Amino acid sequence: MEQLINMVLLTLLAAITFGIIRVRNLFAVVVLTSAYSFLMASVMIVLDAVDVAMTEASVGAGISTVLALGALYLTKTEEAEPRYSPLLPALVAVGTGAVLVFGTLDLPPFGRADTPLNTDVGADYLARNMAETDIPNVVTAVLASYRGFDTLGETTVVFTAGIGVLMLLKRWRKAARRED
Amino acid sequence: MTLFDEIARHYNYWVTILLMVAGLYIVVAKSNMIKRLLGLSVFQTSVYLLYLSPGKILGGTPPILAPGYAVYSNPLPHVLILTAIVVGVATLALGLALAVRINEAFGSIEEDEIVPVIDREDHSA
Repeated sequence: MEQLINMVLLTLLAAITFGIIRVRNLFAVVVLTSAYSFLMASVMIVLDAVDVAMTEASVGAGISTVLALGALYLTKTEEAEPRYSPLLPALVAVGTGAVLVFGTLDLPPFGRADTPLNTDVGADYLARNMAETDIPNVVTAVLASYRGFDTLGETTVVFTAGIGVLMLLKRWRKAARRED
Repeated sequence: MTLFDEIARHYNYWVTILLMVAGLYIVVAKSNMIKRLLGLSVFQTSVYLLYLSPGKILGGTPPILAPGYAVYSNPLPHVLILTAIVVGVATLALGLALAVRINEAFGSIEEDEIVPVIDREDHSA
């Protein structure tokens, strides 16, 4: 049953992706991307990644959509007709996809507990977590305790990006005022 | 083993690859910069799926320890992807700000329209 829900949601995700490729109106594309993020969050819940699903629903479907709509307000909402034939990029994409699908045939089957990924490090965190940190949510424990420096680095990236956005948009406003 | 089981063994990976390739196609084939950035985020989300799928254990629960449960899905990919989502939105914001600036400077966010203008300016300089 779990498996079936997972497959249905993934199929919907794939269908929306074709919509994102084909639709020319960028407003529609942004709304489709938002729906895509919500579906992705649902898939994450089925995959037991509840913390990630919450983040994806708020950041992916919420903040990203707001940012993209803001950018559309300041630019244009219609995509131009393509000038070049999409044949070559499509061939590159299909070729890459075929090679990757060939690669998946050697991967361990979905949902098994006895794969190397699930028996080594992950199981170790699960076993030691309660004694070492006393936090029942293992994802929180790893994020804030074991890999706290990672999270610090992440915050630095967000800070830098924020400064970059502020500088870019501030210059833009000044230039606009000079033209008036 | 039935056909359904055979497909279900790798279905997650195949959808992941479809999303990845779709993102790649949008980034390469489309000339509109905002569309490209959205394609890039499709590519990014496919990587989330690539990380989370192998960590799932069928019949397991989310990795929040509680009495009465013994099988938990792998928490480590979740942590890595939490970081990736936040960094992803930071890069998207920066990219969109650049697109807004480019639109201000060239009056267009279509690369096909901007590149000839830059070429002409280079020749006249």
